[in-house]
Amino acid sequence: MQWEVVVGLEVHAQLSTRSKMFSAASTAYGAAPNTQACAVDIALPGVLPVANRGAVERAIKFGLAVGGAINRRSVFARKNYFYPDLPKGYQISQYEIPVVSRGSVVIQVGEREKTIRLTRAHLEEDAGKSLHEDFHGMTGIDLNRAGTPLLEIVSEPEMRGSAEAVAYAKALHSLVRYLDICDGNMQEGSFRCDANVSVRPLGSDQLGTRCEIKNLNSFRFLERAIEFEAARQIAVLEDGGVIRQETRLYDSDKDETRSMRSKEEAHDYRYFPDPDLLPLQISDAWVAEVYATLPELPQAKRERFVAEFGLSAYDAGVLTASREMADYFEAVVKALGGEPKLCANWVMGDLSGILNKEGLAIGESRIGSARLAGLLRRIVDGTISGKIAKEVFEAMWGGVGEADAIIDAKGLRQISDASEIENILDQIIAANPSQVAEYRAGKDKLFGFFVGQAMKATKGKANPAQVNEILKRKLAG
Amino acid sequence: MSLTLEDVRRIAHLARIAVDENEAADYLRQLSGIFSLIEEMQSVDTTGIEPMSHAQDVWLRLREDEVTEPDRHESFQSVAPQVEAGLYLVPKVME
Repeated sequence: MQWEVVVGLEVHAQLSTRSKMFSAASTAYGAAPNTQACAVDIALPGVLPVANRGAVERAIKFGLAVGGAINRRSVFARKNYFYPDLPKGYQISQYEIPVVSRGSVVIQVGEREKTIRLTRAHLEEDAGKSLHEDFHGMTGIDLNRAGTPLLEIVSEPEMRGSAEAVAYAKALHSLVRYLDICDGNMQEGSFRCDANVSVRPLGSDQLGTRCEIKNLNSFRFLERAIEFEAARQIAVLEDGGVIRQETRLYDSDKDETRSMRSKEEAHDYRYFPDPDLLPLQISDAWVAEVYATLPELPQAKRERFVAEFGLSAYDAGVLTASREMADYFEAVVKALGGEPKLCANWVMGDLSGILNKEGLAIGESRIGSARLAGLLRRIVDGTISGKIAKEVFEAMWGGVGEADAIIDAKGLRQISDASEIENILDQIIAANPSQVAEYRAGKDKLFGFFVGQAMKATKGKANPAQVNEILKRKLAG
Repeated sequence: MSLTLEDVRRIAHLARIAVDENEAADYLRQLSGIFSLIEEMQSVDTTGIEPMSHAQDVWLRLREDEVTEPDRHESFQSVAPQVEAGLYLVPKVME
């Protein structure tokens, strides 16, 4: 039987506020344990939550960007469960009325586009961290993260397989960073995914029983976990078994998911409206104010790059994956005054290559957009060839100086003087009579040999287009 | 809606409250009384009336996104049963 894998995702994006969702303690990452956990965060008796305007504003921004409805009235609820990293015994979340309803995100899978609908996005607070290293058989609790604002973004089960799920997660990741509402740092847990996975016979319109996989903090783990889980469910069903709805944990060391049995009963969260918090009201004026701050979004930018610069959909997708990369590319085009395809090739090729190799973000590039444009200008005006430009690029990266200075200092200027090239070619032809004879007898492949000799004689500096043209004429005899 | 002894035990467990058999029977009687009161209230037709969240027509107040809380962990931890390396220690929890 052929099976179809159905995936829905719940993404937790930590909002980039300075202070917490319901307290004025700092949210900065990496502080010494419990130094950023105030009386509200550790749930001392008698404290009251006061909601953060900045967190609500970021949620509105997200809702507008995905075309969702911003609910003018939403309600905070208590989600009750006991765990030591949740000192109140409940998490403040939103249940019946979230801040954002519906909306959608367009994903790209290869050259194909697909729209994934969102169910909702709601505000909630994060829990603290449990450290299970050996504290004499006890568990250590750090509550610095407790109370950090989260936007939980819930999709409809509309992804078919791991590739679409990863494309969706990446699209959301790119979006929240464009909007500047979340730093997207997955190692630090700022962007985490839970995947609801089920399988069904291909062609069926009934959803199978789903399992929820927690703890996915990289795109790679998301992909692996969905693939493992789908294969597990298919094996169970093909053996005549049934899937039990449960929460499972992905273990990246063993590359498998396993049941979290202890959570079975915890699913009875007994949600109820938090009596400490009144309903959240969002005015039309506030929504309009936030709307005015929306930047150009990834999809619009992608379409513009295709229309304005004549790039392929793939190239436009790569260049707009992050706002920083798109800005860098546009700055290079602007400084150079055109040649968008050349700029795209360099930004996606040599520049991205060395950034990846050195583990740097584009904002940390040792070659800024103006300096790269300075190099590309010399390709455009014929001073150097594309091949020599790579050598200059490496020297620039190594801190030697600007493109023009390197070209002069190393004598890399391209030879475009026709008479000089003719001289060189005459010598090569004279020195290789047998190859000339073979070529003239029809062995066309030898053309490359002569070009190679010319490049060798000029240390790669001969203008390749001119070499081709003059060589053809001379060999024709 | 009728509550059973089993429901009472389950609610007590979820709330992490130790309840013995005699108490459970007592709670069943008391909770059932509360539920019948709720049932009585629910018999009122409230179609088209938006539920109130407060006796007055007020909304949530928001604070500006500013950090004003100082680090007071030493004072907080002075009353914690066990602390090490800045962490609160609790009986082992493990998945």
